[in-house]
Amino acid sequence: MIAAIAIGIAFGFALERAGLGSARKLAAQFYLTDLTVFKVMFTAIVVAMLGAFWLGRLGVLDLANVYVPQTWIAPQLAGGLLFGAGFVVAGLCPGTSCVAAASGRGDGAAVMLGMFAGVLTTGVAFASVQQFYESTARGPMTLPQLMKVPYGTVVFAVVAIALIGFRVAERIERRA
Amino acid sequence: MNKPAQRYADPYLAGIGLGLVLLAAFVIAGRGLGASGAFGSAAAGLVAAIAPDRARANPYFSQYLGGVDWLVFEILGVFIGGFVSAWLAGRLKFEIERGPRASTRGRLACAFGGGALMGTGAVLARGCTSGLALTGGALLSVGSWIFIGAAFAAAYLFAPVMRKEWR
Repeated sequence: MIAAIAIGIAFGFALERAGLGSARKLAAQFYLTDLTVFKVMFTAIVVAMLGAFWLGRLGVLDLANVYVPQTWIAPQLAGGLLFGAGFVVAGLCPGTSCVAAASGRGDGAAVMLGMFAGVLTTGVAFASVQQFYESTARGPMTLPQLMKVPYGTVVFAVVAIALIGFRVAERIERRA
Repeated sequence: MNKPAQRYADPYLAGIGLGLVLLAAFVIAGRGLGASGAFGSAAAGLVAAIAPDRARANPYFSQYLGGVDWLVFEILGVFIGGFVSAWLAGRLKFEIERGPRASTRGRLACAFGGGALMGTGAVLARGCTSGLALTGGALLSVGSWIFIGAAFAAAYLFAPVMRKEWR
């Protein structure tokens, strides 16, 4: 419990420092005027991915003990589409809405309320989506398994793609 | 609080910080970060308080009924961390943040409606930007990368429709 709160504090602190508690800043990602969302998110993914890879390789972290989000192709595709549409309407995602609310923003609290209402109603009507929810299950499948290439190769490729992405992002921002 | 609000941190620096937090969660807790699960846990708690049998019979809510979820404590921490960071930077302010052409009421309606859409999406996908995209992205989960691609695509597709709210 202490660990959960401590990790949460660091998480909220990092999000607020980056400016991700600001709906206008987040929405600007989708009008290509401020790509902070992309930069923060992919830097974090690269750092944690490299850390997990190397700590695993050095034997400090047993990756078998780290929970990997499992794959359900169709519901995650459909859920992602709904989520993305909701994101640009709301301007905040579930985690960042908490940060926005914590810094005094009423729109952050409204996103939290909406999020709660969406989860509640979908949960109540769960019987009607359950079959879809459980379809196309693939278990804890990873990109290296899917593509049948070594873990390190995928890690290297993601880093390379992210670095190219950062360069493109800087260029887009300069033009905006 | 009269000092001017500080500028936000460099996005790459903040990203490194966030990545290290995520890595610490892998090492300490054996799991990543999350947010939408806390909402699921709260919704399950509400349903269980009103209609306990219904909550137990519902496969979505029942998964959250085995004691208070780890994520609820984590989200409590997110509030504290977000508050402290904003406070130290002089960014604590009661306001409704909105685009230059948006009304306060319109902004709040969009916030609520968008939140509800994300809620449904997060239930279907079994996670959100934190638990599915960040966490699973770093662990190279296939479903997480499907979610990231779909969410970004839909947001860009929908952005022109929402222009009046933001620009």
